[in-house]
Amino acid sequence: MFDALANLVVYQWLGLDPASHLGAAVHFFVMDTAKIFVMLVIIIYVMGLLRALLSPEKVRDYVRGKPKWMARSTAVGLGAVTPFCSCSSVPLFIGFVEAGIPLGVTFSFLIASPMINEVAVVILIGILGWELTLMYVAAGLTVAYVGGIIMERFKPERWVEDYVWKIHMGQVALPEPDTSLAGRHRYAWNEVKEIVSRLWKWVVAGIAVGALFHGYVPEGWVTEHLGDKDNWLAVPGAVLLGVPLYSNATGVIPVAEAMLGKGVAIGTTLAFMMSIAALSVPELIILRKVIKWPGLAAFTGVLAIAFMLVGWGFNLFT
Amino acid sequence: MKNIKVLGSGCRNCQTTYDLIRKAAEEKGVPVQLEKIEDIGQIMSYGVMSTPGVVIDGKVVHAGGVPDRKTIDAWL
Repeated sequence: MFDALANLVVYQWLGLDPASHLGAAVHFFVMDTAKIFVMLVIIIYVMGLLRALLSPEKVRDYVRGKPKWMARSTAVGLGAVTPFCSCSSVPLFIGFVEAGIPLGVTFSFLIASPMINEVAVVILIGILGWELTLMYVAAGLTVAYVGGIIMERFKPERWVEDYVWKIHMGQVALPEPDTSLAGRHRYAWNEVKEIVSRLWKWVVAGIAVGALFHGYVPEGWVTEHLGDKDNWLAVPGAVLLGVPLYSNATGVIPVAEAMLGKGVAIGTTLAFMMSIAALSVPELIILRKVIKWPGLAAFTGVLAIAFMLVGWGFNLFT
Repeated sequence: MKNIKVLGSGCRNCQTTYDLIRKAAEEKGVPVQLEKIEDIGQIMSYGVMSTPGVVIDGKVVHAGGVPDRKTIDAWL
């Protein structure tokens, strides 16, 4: 359906040549824009209707006071289904610390949350198929779980800003949500407006990069430099490139689509996606309010190494 | 006069919420004392982790997102 629409717009109306670079790039752009935005609106609306979006307050209640392995599994699982905007990272971190949740568990949550969320998962399935989605989600959950355990070994308590320990959270009952059908619709529609207005720039940028890659980068160059699994430098290169670049998990999907289409190895692509979604300079600057520089360096280092292992692992076994 | 506090550490949604409430109050001609709370310690003392949050006369009425116009009108 979206393919037919893009064919009509690009080749019929605009009269571009399907064999040209420009034609291929514009076709990719039109098709992915239509497809991703339609999917975005539908998923967010349905999730909003179900009110499946958990609040951080509830997550905190679920995780606190549990044995560590269970707390960590819950934190990773909930991190994966809750798309929190990175501006909530700081109150979330403080709230977790205040509830006595171990720091390692908090880190597990902070890793899982930006990397995996239900919106990204549905779009991943739609664009790249369920097999790749499964690999991405399984690798992401593992990295979050193990990454938190490793962070704990560094005794991260010493890197938390002092004022964080002093904050005392009030116990105020939050207002009950309106669960009538009209209330649900209003809530769901607001979610659509809010999340789409927050995401669209990242998604369009991602599609544009994907389209340029798809239309202009010659396949031979890719297979020679990035496709060869024996070229073990490709994975660290992809991770390093992903750190300063920032997009959210949804925006990076069209880029991955174009990379895979040109024959970039699966592990290299997965490592690149994770690095872009979970490690970024803006996110680190926000976390700097609660964690000192050495702590952030350890966090970045642990994650970068984990992503490389994921990349090499998948390249080895696929 | 109602005292309304918007809780938020300075992200865009918090500013939007603040502006929406100010506009709604002006249009309805309801006198309000509107404040913005940006200190994270104070925000957390209300038990709110998901910003923006809204507190009216000391009671948390909203948290975790920009409230819509109908909800704001109901508060006023």
